[in-house]
Amino acid sequence: MNFYNDNKSLKFYLSHPVMDKIIKLKERDFVDSDNDNLAPVDVEDAIDSYDKVLEIVGDLAANVLEVNAEDVDHEGPQVVNNEIVYAKGTQKNHEAMRDAGLYGMSLPRKYKGLNFPYVPYVMAAEIVSRADAGFANIWGLQDCAETIYEFASEEIKEKYLPLINEGFTCSMALTEPDAGSDLQSVRLKATYYDEHNCWRLNGVKRFITNGDADIQLVLARSEEGTSDGRGLSYFLYDRRDNAVTVRRIENKLGIKGSPTAELVFNNAPALLIGDRRMGLIKYVMSLMNGARLGVGAQSVGLAEAAYREALEYAKQREQFGKAIIRFPQVYEMLGMMRAKIDATRSLLYETSRFVDLYKTYDSISKERQLTAEERQDMKYSQRCADMMTPMLKLFSSEYANQIAYDCIQVHGGSGFMKEYKCERLYRDARILSIYEGTSQLQVVAAIRFVGNGAYLKRIEEYEAMPIAEELMPLRQRIDKMKESYLKIVETADKFGTSSESYDFLARRMVEAMGHIIMSHLLLQDANRCNDFEKSCKLIISSAEAEIAKILTFVENFKEEDLALYNA
Amino acid sequence: MNNKDFKIVVLAKQVPDTHNVGKDAMKEDGTINRAALPAIFNPDDLKALEMALACKDALKDLMPVTVTVITMGPSRAADIIRESMFRGADNGIVVSDKRFAGSDTLATSYALSAAVKKLGKVDIVFSGRQAIDGDTAQVGPQVAEKLEIPQITYAEELVAMSENEIVIKRRLDRGVETVKTSFPVLITVHGNANDCRPRHAARLLKNKKACSLTEVKESQQSTANSQQFVEDMKALWAKKPYLKIEEWTADDINPDFARLGLSGSPTKVKSIENVVLTSKENKKINNSESEINELMKELVTAHII
Repeated sequence: MNFYNDNKSLKFYLSHPVMDKIIKLKERDFVDSDNDNLAPVDVEDAIDSYDKVLEIVGDLAANVLEVNAEDVDHEGPQVVNNEIVYAKGTQKNHEAMRDAGLYGMSLPRKYKGLNFPYVPYVMAAEIVSRADAGFANIWGLQDCAETIYEFASEEIKEKYLPLINEGFTCSMALTEPDAGSDLQSVRLKATYYDEHNCWRLNGVKRFITNGDADIQLVLARSEEGTSDGRGLSYFLYDRRDNAVTVRRIENKLGIKGSPTAELVFNNAPALLIGDRRMGLIKYVMSLMNGARLGVGAQSVGLAEAAYREALEYAKQREQFGKAIIRFPQVYEMLGMMRAKIDATRSLLYETSRFVDLYKTYDSISKERQLTAEERQDMKYSQRCADMMTPMLKLFSSEYANQIAYDCIQVHGGSGFMKEYKCERLYRDARILSIYEGTSQLQVVAAIRFVGNGAYLKRIEEYEAMPIAEELMPLRQRIDKMKESYLKIVETADKFGTSSESYDFLARRMVEAMGHIIMSHLLLQDANRCNDFEKSCKLIISSAEAEIAKILTFVENFKEEDLALYNA
Repeated sequence: MNNKDFKIVVLAKQVPDTHNVGKDAMKEDGTINRAALPAIFNPDDLKALEMALACKDALKDLMPVTVTVITMGPSRAADIIRESMFRGADNGIVVSDKRFAGSDTLATSYALSAAVKKLGKVDIVFSGRQAIDGDTAQVGPQVAEKLEIPQITYAEELVAMSENEIVIKRRLDRGVETVKTSFPVLITVHGNANDCRPRHAARLLKNKKACSLTEVKESQQSTANSQQFVEDMKALWAKKPYLKIEEWTADDINPDFARLGLSGSPTKVKSIENVVLTSKENKKINNSESEINELMKELVTAHII
């Protein structure tokens, strides 16, 4: 078994036309190919490298992570002497990934990374999540390296980044008992000691994923007397300093292998990342978008696992003299599971491509001045990444939950029993629409781009992309959906964009736009490969119905209805 | 090569994947249809590679250690060398010659021992216990005899490793035995030993273009711009010599030619029988003390248990 080779969609997105541009930028036109033994010589060579490394990921996911997943779910981590000990399987997973050189994939080669773009790196995350969504957190927190790379001083980078490849684990400590979604209220205190020439951290963090990691990025209040986000800075704590204790770990519904810790910082020495006061407003916001992309990958990977589990069962289980997959109500569920996965996966790699473009431009801009055209392209890619990320997080996590739910439904009574994998997937899925910003907060992030027309601009670009003649009727159906969308927004706008009614209707507007985006993306995919045509048609049919429903609701909505909801 | 360097050799074989046998696995005459079976890294040899790499890990901070893989077979056996490099081997040699054709275990071990000798001082030679195509388990021990070095067979676990000695746990029929020896030594590795580590991403990127001259020439025949391809590879090898997989022919290992191939192989296959297993012979035993005792006696007499 290999979780990469058995999934043709991944290879399909690896060869997306835009990859050409991403790879040339990422490899600076292959300037390293002569003097660096790992560097590719051209686009084809680079894609071959991604392909071969993803094959290793697919091998370990199928033959190590997947095999350990059930035991890890039962055993979970423990706290021993104020430190976290992983479940045995988790530790083995970590060592296998480390020994295969799969930490630090996206870092530049000079920090012992592979210099992979986000697209293949996110694919690796998807593959890992399909095997064990909980372990995907521990592995995926190598994302913290990206934050260090972007914002920390060269000294910190040189000291810490090469350790990632050696298997040093990471965590980001943001949440506190009174600061969850509202991170501006973070209180953990950072004090600068002139005599030691160093920062010290004191206070408590809660709900910290992989809390006892080797390298911890900590959001703390460095400016005494402040109470909002502008008084917060970002710090790096090195576990080898032994100044943080794990008070407890949470007993969770799902992703049990991924420890969630409450930490006490006892005068812990720390290094400042970047500039003071920029912790929340700049660094955490950037890191949060990366984390949301990660949850997108996690959601698609978990959904893929649930779909395959359900499909296999439905083919084998016979009732009334035939396999249950032959009953319309069952194959409808399975067809929609596949369509939702194809739709959110397409959105996942569309978002990843935008992230690749703007982050690579940003990194190039530190080496040389960008041309006017490049600057414009960077700005544009960043805006697209910013608007696609919350859409991705919203839809992929909600769909993963629906798919895990339907996976149990296909299993019938058996699915409710602990013996079947689907119950673990169902529990693991539940956190996806909550952490790194709830679905409700994704709507808050996305509604901006409804208001300023950024989504519509992207839609116009999709409309201008050439497609085969026989697909034109599908595009016309999407055009009709856009008309309905415009009516929905126009109706909501009448309440005033800062009204409570507008906030109330925000999710419906964002969702209507999401359906249109995913329809366009699958149409593009179907144009490049007919394997996607089935899912494209299913998504368009269900999107039409959803948008009609939203339009009806919004047109019938009256301001006084709000009172009906209030307790 | 510095004499102080620690040198480990792994003997590895590319074999038909006999674990995934389909209906085309055998030809009419009862010989293996190699074309129908995928060629894989012999499973025990992968375990031998792991033990070799574990020895290297144990010593690498004390002295330079190299792990060299030797494989004997057709040019496509270079796959074995590449795979080994992806997993941690430093280099490898394909020993290939038409004059090796028809070798039995005696001729094979003779050729392999001659290849090992050519490398000069070698501290440990590892091999898998046996290959899944022949299942003889003879080649490793015979190589040790021809090199006139001690051997430890059926190694299951590397217990300890230092620059002067190695401690190995062996798997025997009725238990285990832990033995210690100095170097040089040949060790055959049992299927119970640790699985080989996976490919390493950076090693894979570094070595993925490694190939032998014969492979380049063979692929040259199938590409249009053939001469250019050979020139390109030669230019690449000049820049990155580690990408050239070395090949030795019979002449390179300085052998007694009579001991190679068919002439060096006393084994003669008299006939091959195509055995089809059926479940015709069955016997019903009633659940009574006496009938069960009777069955036990029968099985013991037949040396089944």
